[in-house]
Amino acid sequence: MELEQVRYTISVFTENKIGLMHRIVTIFTRRKINIESLTVSETENHGVSRFTITAFVAPDRISQIVKQIEKQVEVLKAFYYDDSKIVYQELALYKMPRQAFVGSDVVEKIIRQNHAWVLAIEDEFVVIEKTGHEEETQHLFEELKPYGILSFVRSGRVAIAKPMKRVMTHLKELEEMAVN
Amino acid sequence: MKTPLPMPSQPETLIANGKEAHYLVEKDNVTGAEALILALLAEGVDTVFGYPGGAIMPVYDALYDYQDQLKHYLVRHEQGAAHAAQGYARVQKRAGVCMATSGPGATNLITGIADAMIDSTPIVCITGQVGKHLLGTDAFQETDVVSISLPVTKWNFQVTRASEIPEAIAKAFYIAQSGRPGPVLIDITKNAQVEKFNFKYQKINKIRSYFPKRKVDLAAVDRAAELLNQAQRPLMLVGQGVLLSQAQAELKQVAERAGIPMASTLLGLSAVEANHPLYVGYLGMHGNYGPNVLTNQCDVLLAVGMRFDDRVTGDVKRYAPQAKVIHIEIDPAEIDKIIKTTVALNSDAKETLQALLPRLAARQHPDWLARFKECDRTEYDKVLSKDFAPTTEKVKMAEVIKRLNELTQGTAIVATDVGQHQMTTTRYYHFTQTDSNITSGGLGTMGFCLPAAIGAKIGRPDRQVLAIIGDGGFQMTLQELGVIMQYHVAVKVIVLNNNFLGMVRQWQQLFFDRRYSSVDMTNPDFIKLAEAYSIPARRVQHREELEGALHDLLASPTAFFLEVMVEKEENVFPMVPAGAAVADIRLE
Repeated sequence: MELEQVRYTISVFTENKIGLMHRIVTIFTRRKINIESLTVSETENHGVSRFTITAFVAPDRISQIVKQIEKQVEVLKAFYYDDSKIVYQELALYKMPRQAFVGSDVVEKIIRQNHAWVLAIEDEFVVIEKTGHEEETQHLFEELKPYGILSFVRSGRVAIAKPMKRVMTHLKELEEMAVN
Repeated sequence: MKTPLPMPSQPETLIANGKEAHYLVEKDNVTGAEALILALLAEGVDTVFGYPGGAIMPVYDALYDYQDQLKHYLVRHEQGAAHAAQGYARVQKRAGVCMATSGPGATNLITGIADAMIDSTPIVCITGQVGKHLLGTDAFQETDVVSISLPVTKWNFQVTRASEIPEAIAKAFYIAQSGRPGPVLIDITKNAQVEKFNFKYQKINKIRSYFPKRKVDLAAVDRAAELLNQAQRPLMLVGQGVLLSQAQAELKQVAERAGIPMASTLLGLSAVEANHPLYVGYLGMHGNYGPNVLTNQCDVLLAVGMRFDDRVTGDVKRYAPQAKVIHIEIDPAEIDKIIKTTVALNSDAKETLQALLPRLAARQHPDWLARFKECDRTEYDKVLSKDFAPTTEKVKMAEVIKRLNELTQGTAIVATDVGQHQMTTTRYYHFTQTDSNITSGGLGTMGFCLPAAIGAKIGRPDRQVLAIIGDGGFQMTLQELGVIMQYHVAVKVIVLNNNFLGMVRQWQQLFFDRRYSSVDMTNPDFIKLAEAYSIPARRVQHREELEGALHDLLASPTAFFLEVMVEKEENVFPMVPAGAAVADIRLE
């Protein structure tokens, strides 16, 4: 019997090299696992990138997938977490018709209650930003929907792990375990 | 003003495979193409298999000046280049090198690369690519080979500037040959082949993000030793990792001290000589009866350098459920992938076995070993006696292999293709010399044998190399007979011809109600074909011709082609049907 899938956040620390994203992505696609979100940026260590990937995976498969990621030559280290082990955040932008704000304070109230804020005001539209978990940005989406959302975009998840060990410490340990 | 480089510009000497190779570690104002050749020489490469074409012409032009140091074998299809590099790598214990042009040249390599990936064979593939300014324009013979080869390479890289060549090649050889070996592809754009720069070569033996080999975990070795010292019915599984880490001697020492019967995977064959008193045969779908059945009765399973392929395990849920499993494996991703381990030893086989040996008590398990012999007798009665009995009109495959084995005393390098002839050969050829089994295991690549055998013969000209092929697989890469002809490669080719795709037919008989769908083959006159390539050839139609033909074949100082017309509807047994448990192996 297959176990129920869990949403995992996978952090992958890599050298900043062309083609590596493709290598990492094929580890998921080959196993028919959909990537829900993927964010890449440079870390506090110059030349080291961090991939933050979220995917629904059965708990008995996740460690194999992470091992396959770590097996890639240019991957420094990979970790996986369930939601309890990370602090995470997403960002959403909502493009609304300027008309929605005219003649009533309902939209203003929605923005206040949701701790969102206005990024830009143009002749025809207003751009609202909201950071939070997916449920929170989705909640705002539902609230704004009756007032005509012109466009909506949500970023991938970024996450910081709660365990205090730093990636470079992990690397040092790996180095000590290695034979030259 | 030029800054003097720290390294000497005189030729340096490198000991490569016992041979002295001369190479330059630096040379000013060379083209990328020449730099590639110099880098290959610096890695001790003296043999390349390849095929030229538009996008790799500058490399072939540079090769022209180095013909005395770097021998290029012109294959007849790029797939042949990759397989030849594999055969060469397997016998030379170092990376084989192949080259192809962009587009179709590069894509034709892919089957060989995929084969090398799944069977952990170190090869370095060089492909030409269109000029950098043409990348992504659908230029003539442009294909994104870096993306295409990505899932089947251990590492790959596109070079777009000449100055990147030394580091790319140094990394390629390091990555291909270290840790769990595998294929690497370097794609070089044409502009990078013609650009000039000051070449300087330095070998690489460290990459920050890459940990090919871990120290032996001595605490885990202690736990493993404890299990083995208490075991009543231990069984050792010998994989290709033993050959790759050259741990044959340590393996036997461990087995002998602890009294552990040794069974081999398909790719582990020849690591232990078949006449070793503790060798109990071959595992898997068409392996021996004893090691399969008794896998489910052992109490401790010691797996060395193998990955529990589904052809070995059958139904995983019913695979050795009673056993404590010790897994010695260099690749962390193989640990607990298929079979959960009791003790994982994630390190090099040789180093791990060396650490294990002094911790083992001297023990023997004669009753346990006797059960394998008992199974052997059962298998002999039910299978071997029938396979060898000259009861049919035509010769049986097993008769041919048995006789070849006797005549060569198991000392030849034997390359096989995929199918019934492969399983028959690996069952009945009893290897007595190590590094002698060249076959396509994981990928099951028909067409592998002929080019791989050519590569093996070029790698080990001192040894008898037999290429045993079915009539189906032979026709997938038979054009490589041209390489045998042109370079006088003394491979002995044996086509076991049943005018059928025998293994597919066997499955259709057993599992598809004898509905023989597209397995019947009308073949050309193979003898005429071999003769067209100037290869001496004989056909065996009748049993009584076999002995003389085999003598001719083995005695021939040059290549020889032998076609044996074999019985049409023989089946290979024993057999663990797909999805069945190893214990449910069928003898008939």
